[in-house]
This record gives sequence, C-alpha cells and structure tokens, in this order.
Amino acid sequence: MTEKIGVYVCHCGSNIAGVVDVEDVAKWAAEKLGRQGVIVARDYKFMCSSLGQELIEKDIKELGLTRVVVAACSPHLHEKTFRIAAQNAGLNPYLVELASIREQVSWVHTDKAVATAKSKAVVSGAVSRVIENTPLEEIKVPINPNTLVVGGGIAGIQSALEIANAGFHVYLVEREPSIGGHMAQFDKTFPTLDCSACILTPRMVEAGTHPNITLLTWSEVVNVAGYVGNFNVTIKKKARFINEELCTGCGICQEKCPKKVIDDVYEAGLGYRKAVYTPFAQAVPNYPVMDKENCTYFEKGTCKACEKFCPTNAIDFNQQDQLLNVEVGNIILATGYDLFDARRVSNYGYGRLPNVFTSLEFERLSNAAGPTTGNIVLRDGKTVPKSVGIIHCVGSRDRNFNNYCSVICCMQGLKFAHLVHERTGATVYNFYIDMRTAYKAYDEFYQRVLEEGTLFVRGKVAEVTDAARYSNEKGKLIIQTEDTLAGKQRRIPVDMVILSSGLQPRHDAKEVGKMFGISCSTDGWFTEKHPKLDPVATMTEGIYIVGCAQGPKDIPSSVAQGAAASARVLDKILQKEVALEPVKATVNKEMCSGCRICNGLCPFNAIAFLADDNVSEINPALCQGCGTCVAACPAGAISGTGFSNEQIIAQIDGLLMRNLEPVEA
Amino acid sequence: MTVNGNKPKFAMYWAASCGGCEIAVLNIHEKILDVDANFDVVFWPVAMDAKYKDVEAMEDGSILLTLFNGGIRNDENEHIAKLLRRKSKILVAFGSCASEGCIPGLANLSPVGEIVHTAFNTITTDNPNEIYPRVSFDVPEGELRIPKIEKVLRPLDLVVDVDYYMPGCPPESHQIAAVVDLVIKVVKGEAELPPKGSVIGAGDSTVCDECPRARNVKIIKEFKRIQDIAPVDPTLCLLEQGIPCNGPATRSGCNARCPGVGAQCIGCYGPAEGVMDYGARLITAFSSVIDATEPEEIDRILDGIPDPTGQVYRFNLAGSLLKANREAWKVK
Amino acid sequence: MTDQFEPTIIGFTCNWCSYRASDLAGTARMKYAPNVRLIRLMCSGRLDPTFVLRALSGGADGVMITGCHPGECHYIEQNYKALRRFLLLRRVLAGLGIEPERVKLVWASAAEGARFAAETTAFVEEIRKLGPLNWGKVSDELSEISEPVHEEVAA
Repeated sequence: MTEKIGVYVCHCGSNIAGVVDVEDVAKWAAEKLGRQGVIVARDYKFMCSSLGQELIEKDIKELGLTRVVVAACSPHLHEKTFRIAAQNAGLNPYLVELASIREQVSWVHTDKAVATAKSKAVVSGAVSRVIENTPLEEIKVPINPNTLVVGGGIAGIQSALEIANAGFHVYLVEREPSIGGHMAQFDKTFPTLDCSACILTPRMVEAGTHPNITLLTWSEVVNVAGYVGNFNVTIKKKARFINEELCTGCGICQEKCPKKVIDDVYEAGLGYRKAVYTPFAQAVPNYPVMDKENCTYFEKGTCKACEKFCPTNAIDFNQQDQLLNVEVGNIILATGYDLFDARRVSNYGYGRLPNVFTSLEFERLSNAAGPTTGNIVLRDGKTVPKSVGIIHCVGSRDRNFNNYCSVICCMQGLKFAHLVHERTGATVYNFYIDMRTAYKAYDEFYQRVLEEGTLFVRGKVAEVTDAARYSNEKGKLIIQTEDTLAGKQRRIPVDMVILSSGLQPRHDAKEVGKMFGISCSTDGWFTEKHPKLDPVATMTEGIYIVGCAQGPKDIPSSVAQGAAASARVLDKILQKEVALEPVKATVNKEMCSGCRICNGLCPFNAIAFLADDNVSEINPALCQGCGTCVAACPAGAISGTGFSNEQIIAQIDGLLMRNLEPVEA
Repeated sequence: MTVNGNKPKFAMYWAASCGGCEIAVLNIHEKILDVDANFDVVFWPVAMDAKYKDVEAMEDGSILLTLFNGGIRNDENEHIAKLLRRKSKILVAFGSCASEGCIPGLANLSPVGEIVHTAFNTITTDNPNEIYPRVSFDVPEGELRIPKIEKVLRPLDLVVDVDYYMPGCPPESHQIAAVVDLVIKVVKGEAELPPKGSVIGAGDSTVCDECPRARNVKIIKEFKRIQDIAPVDPTLCLLEQGIPCNGPATRSGCNARCPGVGAQCIGCYGPAEGVMDYGARLITAFSSVIDATEPEEIDRILDGIPDPTGQVYRFNLAGSLLKANREAWKVK
Repeated sequence: MTDQFEPTIIGFTCNWCSYRASDLAGTARMKYAPNVRLIRLMCSGRLDPTFVLRALSGGADGVMITGCHPGECHYIEQNYKALRRFLLLRRVLAGLGIEPERVKLVWASAAEGARFAAETTAFVEEIRKLGPLNWGKVSDELSEISEPVHEEVAA
C-alpha cells in the first residue's frame, strides 16, 4: 500500500462519545483498515480544537501521512478547518475527508452497538474514498467591480447606495416605473410613526442622482450567464414611449391625457391615474411611462394629446424595447414580496363586502397623498366609520394558506388602530391570535395603543358577514369570532373591516430564482446560505438576497440586510479575485466521440461542442461542478474532480465493508 | 521472444458461442496463411482433430497464443478454460461471448430449469413424457456423461485470468488480421505486447466516433422502433430520430457498420475503455436525451423502449455488475 | 437487537439539500433507522446508475437516492435528469428480477430534516419487508478465479 492514512475520531465532548464507542472505532480502524494503508488512528476529545488540529499536523509531519480522515461532525461545519490544518502541515487540503459520525450517527441513533458499527462503516467508506482523492488547487478568477441590484425597494436602494458610496458602480434595476417599492405606498411607519415618504424619498433621490448608480426602471432582467466575478446580464428596458433625453418631468402630458385608468398598483385600486403617468409625485426617475394597454392612440390610432402638448417633443410612439448587456461581478436580489391576496379568505368577504379593506388599501386611504387625501372613509368615499375591526394574521399562520408568520402584520394592525383612533375617534377592535411585538420600541407602541382605548379580542375570526341577526347589526359588518380570553363566541358589528394581510413570495420568485441559479424554500422565499450565520448569501457564489425576498421582515431589518449584503460584495470587490472550488468536470478528448449527449445537460452552458475536432469541451470557469455530465457520458469520457467515479465507487465498497477481513458482528 | 527454431504454438477454442468467431478467423482470407506460416497450430477443434488429453500432456505455458471464444456455460467449458489457461502464455477472450457473455449470456435472464424446458419441451419439440437429458447415464460399457450446465453463463475472465480481450460479435476480420500481425511482430521481436488486460483489435472511443451521421444537441419526445419510422433520415444521428441506438456507449472498432447502413448499433463491441457497467452508460445516455420533467410523461416516453434490460445488456449481461437475473441465481 | 433482518442501505445525498436535511435531522436530534449509510454527491444529477448497481451487487439491500425538490435544484434543473435516469434504471432492474422498490427516490429540501428522517425509516421498513437481496454473496461465489499460471512472455 502506498498511501499512509491517519484516522482521527472525535469525541465532540459527549456529543459523539456518548453514543459511539469512539475508542473502539479508532482501534478498529487501525486494525482492520491497515491493509488499506491506515498507519495511525487516534481518538480525541475535540478534534476541531487547536490541540486537536495540532495532533493531526504533527502526525502529517512526523509520520509522513499522505491522506487524512477525520471522523467527526458534518463536513458542512468543519471540512474547511481540517483542510486548512492539513495545508498548514504541508498536505494538499483536498486529501482530507470528513466522515460524519455526529449529525449522521450519534445524534440520530440511540443504540451504542449499532451506532458504533455504523461509525465503523462510515469511517471505512471515508478511508476507501480518500485513497482515490487527488490533490487539487483552487481556481482563482478576477472579480468585476460592478454590481447589479435587482429591485428598487428600500432594501435594494440601501444596497446600491452602500456600494456606490464606497466608490463602485451599481446597476439598479426596477420593474416598476419608479423606485421606492412598497414603502413608497405607506403612510406612516411603525413604531415611530415617521412619514414613510419623508424618510424614503431622500434615499430615492440620492440613488437616482448618484454618479455611481445607473438607474434602470421599467426594466427587467431577462437572462443571466456566467459565474461569480463575471456575470453577464441581459436587461430588457421596456419602451416608455418617452424620450428620456428630452423629458423634463413637467407633467403636462399627464394633465392633458384624456384617458383615466384605475391604478391597481400604486393606489391599490382606490384611485385613478392617466394612460401616461408617473406613479406618484416623488417618483424617481420623474419621467412618465406610457401605458400601452390603455392608451387611446395604441388602441385606435388617434389622440396623441400628450404629443401635441409636450413642450420638449419628448413623446416617442415608435420607441422599442431595448436589450442591454451589462457585466457585473456580484448580484444582489432585492425583489421584495407580494401582498397576500385577501380574496382567498372568502369568509372575510374581501371583494364581496365593499367595506372590507386590505392593509395596502388602508395605507392609501390614510395617506395624505392618497385618493382621499388621508381621510379614512368607507368605500362610498364620504362616510367616516364609527367602529372599525382590524383582523390580524390574514393568510399567515394558517394551514389553509401560509404556515409562517408574516412578521409585520401585528405592528401594522396596531399602527392602523392608532391612525383610525387618531383621525376618526372610532371604536377600534383588533382581533389577534398572538401579539408579536418583539423588536426595539415595538411593545411600547402596543402599550400605547392599549392605553388609547383600542379593544383587543384574542381569537381567530371565523367570518365577516353583512347578514344581520339583531337590530344593532343592520347595515353593519358583523365580525363573528371566538374570544379565547372570555371563553365565548362573539358577534361584533362594525362599519369597516381592515384585513392585516400577510406577505407572500413574489408570484414569479421561482422563475427569478431559476434565472439567477438560486433556490426557494418550501414556502417560496429565496433560500439563504445559512439561516443564522449567512442570511444574505445564497448557495450560489456571488448572488445575495436582501429584504423580503429572503423572508418577511420589517423596514429596519430590510435596510440592515441591504447593507450587510453590500459589505459582502465590497469584500469580494476589494479582494479583486475569488477562489472557486476546484470541483470541476473535464472531457478526455481522446475518449470523446462527439455524440453530443452531454451538450443539452448543462444549465450553465459550460459544455461547448468543437465541430472541427468532433469533441465536446467544458469551460472550467463556467462549470459549477454538479457532475451531471460526468454521470451522463455514455463513453465514460468525462471525469469530475473531487467526486470522481473512482472515489464514489471506493466509498460504496468501503461503506459495504468489502475491503476488509470479515468483521465479527 | 526466442522460439528455439520451433514455430510458436497457437490454439483456438469454441465454448458457449455460435461459431461465428471461428468463421471470422477464416474470413481474414490470405492472412490465414500467415498464421500457418508463423504458428504451429496445436489445438483447434473446429478445424482439425485433437483430443483434450493431448492438450493435457503439453507442458504448462507451451502454447504462445490461445484465442478462446465463447462463454462458460457448463463444466466442460470451465474445465477447458482452466486447462488452456495453464497451457497458454497469452490467453485472449476472443469475441463478445468470451469477453462479456453476449447472446448466450442473455440466458442469464432465466433459471436453468426454464432454459432446459424451453429447449426440450416446447412447441418445436414434442416431448409428452418430459424426458430431459441426464448428466450421467449407465450403459453396459460404463458411464456416459454429458457436460453439466451451470447456473449462469460466465464470461471467461470470471473463470480464469485473461490477458487480452477482443470484442465483437464477431470481431471484425480486419481487426483480427491486425492482431495476428501484431503477435507475429512480437514473436519476431519487432513490437511490444500491450499491457495485460488491454482490449485489442478495437478502438478506444465509441461507435459515434466512426459514425458518418450528423449530430446535434439531442432532445427527443418519443422512442421508436426503427421499423416504425418511414423513412429513416439517412444522414441524421439515429438517436436524434428517437431510435435507441447503442452507439454512444459502444466501443469503436467496427467502422460503425450498422448505423452506417441505417440500422441502430446494438452494442456488440461492448463498453468503451474504463467503463464499469455498460448498461449504466446506456441508461444514462437514453435518459439524458428525454425532453420531459414530469414522471408520467417520462414513463410514457420510456414505454418506447419495450425491453429496457435487453436493450442495454444485449451483449453485456453476463459481464455486467449484476451478471444475471435474480431468478437465475436461485436454482440449485 | 432482535433477530429481525437488518437491511444495509446505501443513500446518495445532494450536497445542497438532502445532505443538509440529514444534518438538520441530526442537529434536531431526530431519531431514525440506522441502516442507511450516506454518500454525499454535489447533486442528484451526479448519480451514475453504476453507483446503484455497484451497491446492489456489493451487498446493499436497497439504495436511496435523494435530491432537491423539482424546481428547487441548486443547479437549476439537474434533479430532473436524476429523475429520468432513476425511472429507466428501475425498469432495467425489474428486468433483472430486482424489485424496483429497492431503489427509492426521495426529494428533501435543506429544511426538511423531519422528512428525511421519516422517509429513511419508512424505506428501511419497506426493504425489511422485501427481505435480503443477497446479490453480493452469490456473485462473489461465482467470481472465484482459479490460480492463473502466468509467466512473462520471454522477450
């Protein structure tokens, strides 16, 4: 046997040693795996401690180990630790294998004999495999200092500003005509009751005028190619039918446009806009957008009122969609959320009972710049409600809809209660399951609303109906609910119901994720690299997620995440290059016969067919190392480093104990 | 390689196979005279009379080259395989049967009892009294024996150590000629033998390498039998037309004979270099070109391959990782 | 331990989802059957049918293939390729007399530790019902090679 292998079995305190007889495993490895080249096997209390690492380094140096197996926790935790230790001792880091006997053995089994036997098999598999490991070198690729931020809500704006302020260029892409996102629609922000526009618009203006930010609104990313440090992104700039060079944003076109359209996006369907419009007064950029679907000229070929009156001839009916190609090194996704569609909870009557409002509708109602100039009135546009019911958890924490808590709805419901109380003096009821006010100054706000006299009913609302049973219910909306604190059913008649709707992943999150090569959780939010220690990175190097794209959260958390992702991006930019895992596939051209079966298998377009030589070739920089083509090649001409056929076959044999003398059961 | 003035000895044997390999050797035309000129043929049952005991009397290692064709189906095959292994310096698994089981190996899909029953008691054989051959029968002159059939057919290298493999069903004559030439050169000291265990008389990529048909990225919605396509495009890759062609996984060396004339490759040259299981390579080749993501649709497309096991293991079943159907093991 | 048949199962996991699911099952101390020994691949798309055949012919009674849910693959869509291979492989295995149920495909996201644990335990029970495969033992007996007599061919 040419290899000299060291096996190190970790106690992990009692985490492993409590269930696995680690001494026995080490002894067994030394005895039974000697034929495979194991020359030393030790057990130690904490392998990952500096003393444990020194133990390995010492053996590498003194015994001339050529391979190392560490039987400890999951490789996702400490693989890097032990690889670095090996490197420090002069051994190529890829000649180290981790055998997981904690997450995969001691933590999930209870029978000591069984767990010990399984640990031996796991070690045997790792030893067989490590023999087939080959020394690898990390691949270094340069980092393009430009960054793409997708989504111009507060999280995306924050990300873009951080990077731009550090002196690097950012492309900020927004699907809507203006940046600002959901926050631009809000009236007040909890718990401080700052005016949302007052705190947001300066940031929007800053982003819109920053020399390091290229703002691309009314635009969408349509294709992403490449890899960390070197993404090539195609952006579709939809035709605005406005020449941005000439437009001054004076607003005359909007004034003169004869076509009124219900504004379903910004005004949540409560107000009107024109067919040529800027969504709101402080829009950034301030150029309007022509709504082709509703413009009379596009419909009938006549009108052109806007063109007639435009003082700078900026209207351009012949404008076409443009495709832009930009090269960036990192991408931050700040694509936000969709509001839960309250129509789905049919028993709450939204869409059927006119005076049931969604949270977004209420935000527009209470907003001084909204359709009612901030007057809280019923659907008829004039009646001020005398009693209002606010229902929490609409669509959230509900097995029929979304299991998760949407984080912001409790505070949102409390904010609504305060605003209604303040502006109408109406009696306000809040119906909640649990009150979740767990951040700075949040619970104090709850106390304040309590003191203001808002009535709280703990219980899930069964239905909102207009079917009156008693005289006091005539013409009202009746909230039928359980009151768990009083232990009874209640019927509470009110004039107005506000549904504190939850948040949902964007309807197209899956497709967007696919385009950027990241995955969604079961709930549909983008999946972060680590739920605790890396909540802004993703499994795909160079792609970051911030704000509600990653999961429901409030404004401060979105801002913090935006800044955090930017720090990660800046770190990459300043390093100038990034080391890529050397797990790659390569084609042995001697054996490749150009059957082209692999050509259709790579989602990263790493496989190219060289027609002149009649062979396929893999671009190592584009290859992400999944190994699908390795497994697919019918000629066995493609091999993969780090997960080669030889390694895996050896591991299978090792796990099945086919390389040892018979072991007594 | 000195031969003390004597010509080196040559042997050829026919175990469980159809005899096509023997014909293929004769098919090398006047090259056969080179064999005679350079070798002393000591044992070749199909071409000349010989007795096993003559071979047993030879010195171990005295035969330079033995071409062994056929798989190991019965105890006689096994006995001769071991005998010739002892007597030969170079033992070549000649042809697909000896290398990987070939068509006789497909019998490994059935238990022995079923095979015997099929042979002696089916429509073509009227056997109302169910009389089956016995391995041993006593007659006044003594005991008569016939070879005892074994549980499964094995390729030659599961029974004895094999030096070289020559794939093909049968090996192409030009490849046989090239191998004969090489051995003669080695005898004369003009060439080196390839490393032990090599495949000789074949290429080291796949049939596609030699196939003249045009190839593109492959995406198919349907597998079809070649006779159900009219007309077959004469210039386009057959797999792209939905015909399960084994070419992508099959070793080169035949000049893509079948696809060249419009029939799909069925895999007689076996797997390419370094492949552990030929069927696995075809499973992954065929499944890679299917254009579907829903299990139901994938299954519908796969229904176009009516006998998947036969399709991917026609020649290689006995030489595959699993070697046989489970039923074939069970029989005593 | 009782005298019941304890199957040996080889499990293939994807580095990004199902291996993390097994990590999560560990972190959460969920208990499941100890019969499965895991191999970590980068992706279920890396699964070469050879691995399954090698495991079955080498003594495993079953093989569990796991990957990301359809549409959630870390490598975008490679788990669909694994699915196609798996479906054809099962057909080939059926032709070889191996119950297709001995090879199972499980989708488990990184968040589904409980699912991973439950599916593993369920699979072990399914294999226990099917009984031992014993393929390795039989094919080993067959592969006994007589001692070769092999001298170097004198040059």
